[in-house]
Amino acid sequence: MILDLAFIWAAIIAFAVLAYVMMDGFDLGIGILFPFYKAEADRDRMMNSVAPVWDGNETWLVLGGGGLFAVFPLAYATIMPALYAPIVIMLLALVFRGVAFEFRWRTTRGKFLWDWAFASGSIVATFAQGIALGTIVQGIPIADRAYAGGWWTWLTPFSLFTGLALVVGYALLGATWLILKTDEKLQDRSYRFALVLGPVTLFLIGLVSLWTPFLEPLYMERWFSWPRMLYTIPVPLLVALAAYLLIKGILKREELTPFLASLALFILSFIGIGISFYPYIVPPTLTIWDAAAPQESLGFLLVGAVVLVPIILAYTAYAYWVFRGKVGSEGYH
Amino acid sequence: MDGFDPVLLARWQFAFTVSFHIVFPAFSIGLASYLAVLEALWLSTGRTTYLTLFNYWKKIFAVAFAMGVVSGLVMSYQFGTNWSVFSDKAGPIIGPLMGYEVLTAFFLEAGFLGVMLFGLNKVGKGLHFVATLMVAIGTFISAFWILSANSWMQTPVGYTINAAGQFVPADWWAIIFNPSFPYRLVHMVIAAYLTTALVVGAVGAWHLLRDKMNDGAGVMFSMAMWMLAIVAPIQILAGDLHGLNTLEHQPAKIAAMEGHFETRAGAPLILFGWPDMEAEKTLYEIAIPSLGSLILTHEWNGVVRGLKEWPKEDRPNALIVFWSFRIMVGLGFLMFGLGLWSLWGRMRRRLYDTKALHAAALLMGPTGFVAVLAGWVTTEAGRQPYTVYGLLRTADSAAPIAAQAVAASLIAFVVVYFFVFGAGVFYLLRLMSKPPHEGEADSPSDAHLRSAGIVPAPALETVGELAIHPEGRR
Repeated sequence: MILDLAFIWAAIIAFAVLAYVMMDGFDLGIGILFPFYKAEADRDRMMNSVAPVWDGNETWLVLGGGGLFAVFPLAYATIMPALYAPIVIMLLALVFRGVAFEFRWRTTRGKFLWDWAFASGSIVATFAQGIALGTIVQGIPIADRAYAGGWWTWLTPFSLFTGLALVVGYALLGATWLILKTDEKLQDRSYRFALVLGPVTLFLIGLVSLWTPFLEPLYMERWFSWPRMLYTIPVPLLVALAAYLLIKGILKREELTPFLASLALFILSFIGIGISFYPYIVPPTLTIWDAAAPQESLGFLLVGAVVLVPIILAYTAYAYWVFRGKVGSEGYH
Repeated sequence: MDGFDPVLLARWQFAFTVSFHIVFPAFSIGLASYLAVLEALWLSTGRTTYLTLFNYWKKIFAVAFAMGVVSGLVMSYQFGTNWSVFSDKAGPIIGPLMGYEVLTAFFLEAGFLGVMLFGLNKVGKGLHFVATLMVAIGTFISAFWILSANSWMQTPVGYTINAAGQFVPADWWAIIFNPSFPYRLVHMVIAAYLTTALVVGAVGAWHLLRDKMNDGAGVMFSMAMWMLAIVAPIQILAGDLHGLNTLEHQPAKIAAMEGHFETRAGAPLILFGWPDMEAEKTLYEIAIPSLGSLILTHEWNGVVRGLKEWPKEDRPNALIVFWSFRIMVGLGFLMFGLGLWSLWGRMRRRLYDTKALHAAALLMGPTGFVAVLAGWVTTEAGRQPYTVYGLLRTADSAAPIAAQAVAASLIAFVVVYFFVFGAGVFYLLRLMSKPPHEGEADSPSDAHLRSAGIVPAPALETVGELAIHPEGRR
């Protein structure tokens, strides 16, 4: 392992993407679950449970994209054209769901419209993110510092499947978040959803994990060659542990455990992808060193990141702390 | 579809999405500062009107800010999707500047926005004011970085070029504070303040026209007119300095703005005309002799360079730039006039009951946005045919994306933006059409409370000291 600027930055970008998935995952999940909660009062509470924090959550996506632009410009310049349609669709979907947070409260007549925008925007954005993930995993053709595929190359059974898996996974995060933030009937309903979504998510994670090594010989070697297996074996074991805690937490009606266990599943899946990828940033061609910006760019932004990311995490934690507790029961509007 | 040029489509797409986007930050930069001022006045004087106005504009801010966030997210990905060659080459310089914008501004705004909108009862007045200040400071820092990045594309310095053709930073201080940056920053931030003052003034005027005794309307109108009277002349001065800076670094842009094709001593000031790029002259011109040289060189016989100094393929489109510049300048002088009128009304103690003044302020409400857009068209179209001025051509910056894909996404953006932001503007206008009243609900989402039907009495009582009257809540 080489500890240089490109490596440090790869770690920071990975952290930003993971932070995004962990934070925006549950608020997108709320939107995905919206159609299943018909009562207006329930929907109000669901949306209010994330209203004060969604904007900060989504900022991690800007850091992921903007950070890639800054420190791995070649990766940014090849991944984005490769994902042209999914990215544009994701952005438009995020427009719909983002404005719904405000517009929904500004109209009575049109409220159903923004309920619909919030739900469909969340579902479509998540699906597009999952497709993006699948596309990168299956590899992006590159020639002469540019994307060399067509504008439908991303569309494969695998990428559609990862899209579907992410929708289910975010829905699980949303359901377990609602368990944590609500009570009474709304919470009951969320327990029931989580009990279905949990096993389905695990099944999908398993399927994607089994599928991935067959896409690219490199991944197979990462996972199943000795002594690398020493690193990789703990991952499935920990997934099993998180799965156990998740199901047990739901059945025993614990409030915090299901959410934390769901987050753990996402973290472990993310680590799994990292194991498959490293040191590639755009498999199967570009390593993090191929794509890295010049040292002067990496160093300049690193100073800021080292100082600012901990501060950002601190005030983000503060914002979550301010709005802690059950939503609705103490009326924080 | 084969006839379409993917680069031209990508340019249209960028122009469209960035034009929609800039409207919201231009408003929220000014409005965030206005909210901070209102809250500070409320905390220091205890006068309820300021709180009323704070809560009134906070709701409007929340809607505008949400639109700014989602339209801005689009921008941060569009460099890669449509301008990937630019991203690869200029990324090492533009990327870190925008990275700092995310780290220092976006997170700050987003992190404290929730507390500002929903948290008054949770954190108390002092911390709430801190949150409002952080949001306001965040919007300013954001303007700082994005304008630095844009200015570097206009006046690139402090770089070297490596074997891969990438711009490599050599001197970050020189890059950030590049020659056009201070001028552009000042000009844009003032423009944001003027835009907001015009909107606030128009809303105040609208309610004064209907009820001149409305205290909140009077206060906001007066504050907005002070802002206009003081800042509009400063903006004209700042704009002039910015123009001289452009003359030094981008003389072709100035030639296009002025409609000059020939290089002349004692050049006229062309007031109106029709710059014809093919014929290489400005048709139907109405001009004042020698004044062009006087303004640009501060000498009657100063030499002003015309577009013919540059090869045809290096010229910006003079027709667009000439007219967008005139729209901006014309509106700037109208704003200055409105400011003077308000001072005159104030001196005669007729500020709150001169209907013609109120009507003028109402009509002028949207002109800030028009001027901002016209100004950006001038500077961006004037930068053509380059993305990085003089170094990287727009035609060489685009992504290898088929024309069909760019066209399809352009149509999707147009449809979605008109629908979504059309609805948003409708909601904004509806919020503005309601008069500010004492007991304005403290949340941007008073509807949350009503519709939820689970209003907890204690929470409302804590707001009670902020004078909530049930009948005041619609």
